[in-house]
Amino acid sequence: MQGNEACVEGALAAGCMLFAGYPITPATEVSEIMARRLPRVGGIYVQGEDELASLGMILGASAAGWKGMTATSGNGICLMQEEIGYAAMTEIPCVIVDAQRAGPGTGIATKSMQGDVYQVRYGSNGDYSIIALAPSSPQETFDLTIEAFNLAEMYRTPVFLLSDEIVAHMRERVIIPEPEKIKVVERRKTEVPPAEFVPFRVETPDGVPPMPSIGDGYALPISSFARTDTGRPVTDFKNQDRLVQRLWNKVEKHADSIARIEVEGLEDARVAVVSYGSVARAADEAVRNMRSQGKPVASVRLITLWPFPDERIREVGRHVKTILFPEMNMGKMVREVERTAGKHAEVFSFPKPGVDMHTPAEIEQAVMRILE
Amino acid sequence: MSTNSKGPAKKIEHPVLKHFRDDSPGTPHLWCAGCGVGQVWHYTTRAIEELGLDEDKVLWVGGSGCTGRMCTYWHKDFFHTLHGRALSFATGAKLARPELTVLVHSGDGECVAIGGNHLIHAARRNVDLNLIAINNFNYGMTGGQFSPTTPINANTATTPYGNREAPFDLTTLMREAGATYIARWTTVHFRQVINAIKKGIQNKGFSYIEILAQCPTQYGRRNKLGGAVEMMEWLKALSVTKENAEKMSPEELKGKFVIGELFSATKPEFSEYMRSIAAEASK
Repeated sequence: MQGNEACVEGALAAGCMLFAGYPITPATEVSEIMARRLPRVGGIYVQGEDELASLGMILGASAAGWKGMTATSGNGICLMQEEIGYAAMTEIPCVIVDAQRAGPGTGIATKSMQGDVYQVRYGSNGDYSIIALAPSSPQETFDLTIEAFNLAEMYRTPVFLLSDEIVAHMRERVIIPEPEKIKVVERRKTEVPPAEFVPFRVETPDGVPPMPSIGDGYALPISSFARTDTGRPVTDFKNQDRLVQRLWNKVEKHADSIARIEVEGLEDARVAVVSYGSVARAADEAVRNMRSQGKPVASVRLITLWPFPDERIREVGRHVKTILFPEMNMGKMVREVERTAGKHAEVFSFPKPGVDMHTPAEIEQAVMRILE
Repeated sequence: MSTNSKGPAKKIEHPVLKHFRDDSPGTPHLWCAGCGVGQVWHYTTRAIEELGLDEDKVLWVGGSGCTGRMCTYWHKDFFHTLHGRALSFATGAKLARPELTVLVHSGDGECVAIGGNHLIHAARRNVDLNLIAINNFNYGMTGGQFSPTTPINANTATTPYGNREAPFDLTTLMREAGATYIARWTTVHFRQVINAIKKGIQNKGFSYIEILAQCPTQYGRRNKLGGAVEMMEWLKALSVTKENAEKMSPEELKGKFVIGELFSATKPEFSEYMRSIAAEASK
């Protein structure tokens, strides 16, 4: 099964009811397969007139109680940025698939790049937090799409499934478990009756307010104005500070429980190769080869990009002397590694600006130069 | 209101206040004195009352601008979305919960400039939404800049030498795009506007109700059209009923606005036919 198809199957397993998207390479298969598959489970597929309409519809449906997803590539994310900030501010769950392609601009539609890692995190105005997951295979695309829906509901935030052209079009075996074996998180509505309900009051330690739907009788004041807990627009520092801190911290303070990394061979390593997404496939193979020859190399794969797993990467830095970060961009996530592990280990970026992925041989050569 | 010897004066409450959100910002709202938006707020609540709708199932949607803020005063669910995107968010909500009555208030700048693409496609799909478009010929909130409906030669903050861009006739655009109920009135037409909103709500499809409105603070001031009352007289003089318009030549109709119930049709509704696809596919 293709990565994009696995994404659709994951969304269906997670309970997606509305998909709205605008065709764009290399994400188009998600739309096409959704158009066929979603109505069979009683859901609705809409082809939006553009990316703004698509995400707007998803947010409208989500506020009214449906799980929704859109899929696009980096150019579409550019267009969606205002709505991404809106979703973060109004705390409307949604899943946004970004099958990254080579940029900037129109770039190369049919070739891969990992160029969108900052724009999904920091692209909209103001300060907020989102979650981004980076699959390395069709199987992981299936698994992480389900997790994306679950995290969106748990944290009331936009969640990005950040694949790339290579993973999106890669074909591999995907095992889809029986529905009862799949963990699906449903939205936490409130127990409070409408008369006593305060729309954005946090009732739990996770900092996430409960979320009734439009039409449930809760007189919801949904707006992306800075607000009090009652939804009243305000302009003072105290409320702004409290609100922005909460929107930031509800994800960032849970980075350790949200963020996942995969580590191989750290105990005896002098060099760690950190990677994510499609490049991790080459990095894994390179590290396996070198370890079979007894070289002290470890592989660290970021499964979650945002929130960044600060503590775990700092720990990696404490174990090794050097970190190599092959990345299909001019060196972006590597800055997060420098920020966290850079105090303990020397960090080298190995950038490639899209189209050609790093080969295992190239990564091996780079590691060998470091070891020598 | 006056006191008399029989007891204290009875407090008379404005009829819309019972629909007003308690903690809405501003006292009592942000619109300028004489603005037409408040009138349309009143007409909308009257239409809801007269139809006896369950208010918990009436969603008000808006974007930005003076008109976009109308929803933020509605005491039940409101969806104050982004500038130009109100119809997209509204479409999503309608798909998820078809039992909702969805009212979208949008100004001329929002619905046809930044939101123009969504406007024509919502009409084309015939989504069961009610777009109540307030056309006051300019962007009021940001200080009176010209919009796609500003008449030729009008003065605005950004047409200091007079407007040269041809304005849109939105009712014609909506008819071509596929809306299934189209009406245009002015803020003067109290009863007609309420009836049009009621008919729009009852129409199973995309309803476009345009209300020509006065903006004395910006458009009126810059074009020396006087205060609210003078501007409402001006709107009356500018508008021609559909019946009279049929007897007039295109030359005579130049610069005039045809008012009335302009069009209605029956076509399949978006959320219904999307659900029917699902019903067939999931058999």
